Amino acid sequence: MPYQELKMYQTGTFVVGNRLLDPDQRSVQARVDRSNALTSGHRACQGCGEALGARYVLDTAMSATGNQLIAANATGCLEVFSTPYPESSWGLPWIHSLFGNAPAVATGVAAALRAKGRDEVRVIGQGGDGGTLDIGFACLSGLFERNDDVLFVCYDNEAYMNTGVQRSGATPPAARTATTKPVGDEPGNVFGQGKNAPLIAMAHEIPYVATATVSELRDLEAKVERAMEFRGARYLHVFVPCPLGWGSASRDTIRIARLAKETGLFPVFEAENGEVVSVSKIRRPVPVEDYLKLQRRYAHLFGDNGRPDVIARLQEIADRNIRRFGLLGKDEGPPGEATDAAGLPPGQQGPVEAADRETNLMRLLAETHHGAQ
Amino acid sequence: MLKQEEGSRAVAEAVALCRPEVICAYPISPQTHIVEHLSDLVRTHDLDPCEYVSVESEFAAMSVAIGASAAGARAYTATASQGLLYMAEALYNASGLGLPIVMTVANRAIGAPINIWNDHSDTMSQRDSGWVQLYAETNQEALDLHIQAYRLAEEISLPVMVCMDGFILTHAYERVDVPTQEQVDAFLPAYEPRQVLDPAEPVTIGAMVGPEAFFEVKYLAHAKQMQALDVISEVAADFAAAFRRESGGLLRPYRADGAETIVVALGSVLGTIEETIDELRDEGVSIGALGIKTFRPFPLDEVREALADAKRVIVLEKALAVGIGGIVSANVRMALSGVQLHGYTVIAGLGGRAITQQSLRRLFKDGVADKLKPLTFLDMDWELVERELERMRSGPSGPHEQNMLRDIGVVAAGSH
Repeated sequence: MPYQELKMYQTGTFVVGNRLLDPDQRSVQARVDRSNALTSGHRACQGCGEALGARYVLDTAMSATGNQLIAANATGCLEVFSTPYPESSWGLPWIHSLFGNAPAVATGVAAALRAKGRDEVRVIGQGGDGGTLDIGFACLSGLFERNDDVLFVCYDNEAYMNTGVQRSGATPPAARTATTKPVGDEPGNVFGQGKNAPLIAMAHEIPYVATATVSELRDLEAKVERAMEFRGARYLHVFVPCPLGWGSASRDTIRIARLAKETGLFPVFEAENGEVVSVSKIRRPVPVEDYLKLQRRYAHLFGDNGRPDVIARLQEIADRNIRRFGLLGKDEGPPGEATDAAGLPPGQQGPVEAADRETNLMRLLAETHHGAQ
Repeated sequence: MLKQEEGSRAVAEAVALCRPEVICAYPISPQTHIVEHLSDLVRTHDLDPCEYVSVESEFAAMSVAIGASAAGARAYTATASQGLLYMAEALYNASGLGLPIVMTVANRAIGAPINIWNDHSDTMSQRDSGWVQLYAETNQEALDLHIQAYRLAEEISLPVMVCMDGFILTHAYERVDVPTQEQVDAFLPAYEPRQVLDPAEPVTIGAMVGPEAFFEVKYLAHAKQMQALDVISEVAADFAAAFRRESGGLLRPYRADGAETIVVALGSVLGTIEETIDELRDEGVSIGALGIKTFRPFPLDEVREALADAKRVIVLEKALAVGIGGIVSANVRMALSGVQLHGYTVIAGLGGRAITQQSLRRLFKDGVADKLKPLTFLDMDWELVERELERMRSGPSGPHEQNMLRDIGVVAAGSH
């Protein structure tokens, strides 16, 4: 009987592929016994990436722990839209204390459980990029340094959405926010040094660090499952588009998340004990324009008074990620030299050859062109 | 068991006797000796099962305590001064959530200028944070108050701050009677949380509340503190019966019956005040003292009752409400609303300035003769102040602290 290798292309979700998998490999979200830890009825915006991400993360963590899970939540959209008085969307024990202390509250819960000998109950901390990277960063670093038994999840939508879309330490260059409007000389947010939370987490040498997006939800689930196999501090950074803050269509949340990964702007990888152990390869390379165009926060870069120079700089960032994390190539095996590059101490960068960059860019564009056929 | 030991160690032993399950702390003088000893006890497994979490800030210390308490553990931390201010946001959160955390504050001044010595500026600044505030007069009382604090906190589901004067108490070696584990176990039942994070019964703690109920939820903290006025007295009475000594409670009058002049104060300075009163009493002066043991909730009725028959009240306090003067005195005046008597606010001992018996004697004599200003600053070097004010008038004068230290010819007096 002739054998034909089945190739399944992602068409928007993994639902179709899921049915072809063995039952125990299927998405947690597709199981009847999923916990619905963030249940329906909450007041997130249509197309909210954070709600989607949190739902998958928590249901997976609940499944991995046999529903023995406690969550500590930072102030932010996730907290506000889920607990408007007198309702709660949380199907697990959940505490919200302050904006900047979710990691420390999670540590406290974990310490209490340890003292009580309840090792079977696990702790998850979660917040947005502001609560994680900015105001909560000291507490997060403390949690990492002590290697407290907590999985901390950052749902990164790249600005302070709950307060009206102000710039955060995670806001990318050129993006428009309420405090980085395209007025004056700099269009949108400045090109700064960035604040790469996953790499900083890795510098703490904690057992597990991973990034994910809400476009590849089975991958997100797999990373949560992997994270729960470790004891100690773990960090998961999930890219979650925000239709309201980004000026994107609600229906484009998944698409934008996928483009963030496929452009190389958001490298998807996992690291154990400070070293990258796997990267999600770019499946179909695309130029950053494809990603930027779908979001009004970048609208000032296009049109008659557009800024191709700024777009080129953003492409450079994507190219550097592609090179640094080895995002092109076959989707298997360790990333090779990218491990070393990503493992460099903060402030040190590998030598960037202009020729390499061009080669990468040219190859990227060529493959993009080819892929679009 | 009678011991001759440092106040900090006595407190650490008291906390240990309360069987804490999570201890978290960040170093700040003069609180450090307490948590150092507790750290030893955890490391040697003398406190099992107890976790000691070395946090990266006081904000984290209180946050870890919040998480631990919400997960049903008996939580403890200690701080002082800047550390208390740094955890201010979390203090309000702990009380708002009704978590029975107990914390020692080794009272210390607040900068600038930076100063490690004792006054009450730190805890007074957090008087409205929703925490119960108990003030210790002696190391024995500091020890006893921690045992009472856990019972009180867990009974009313509110956090309690035990305030003890930094260095004056924390670093003083005194004789203390340390109770046995059996005695403390009999007095302090196991912690049964009102709310707990447990997968068996998931609850949402810290939900958002809008105008439709915020007022009412917030009022509960006040209602609980009003209830605490009774509970504090009951706990102190139970304590006295079980341990055969008086500690805590709301107020402690000293030779105040029928006294024309009553001095109101809190903390360790009461000892010096009482000795001064003994002297003046021997000389025929009608003077007594009222020690405030519980500053939050403020025992309005009891203070009124204790002071209403006096002719004058001198409130001596170790904190300054910049722009108005007294903090304790404002509370005392509220208790005395409608009662006509002479009232004096005396600010004393800021940043560790010694409050001597000699100064108090002079102060009280001036008070009895109604020669005090309504707002008096005890032992203020007015000449030094005037010189700096004069420099300011003549143009940009540079940092105050440098100028004034140069004037008195002492650099970094005694602090290292």
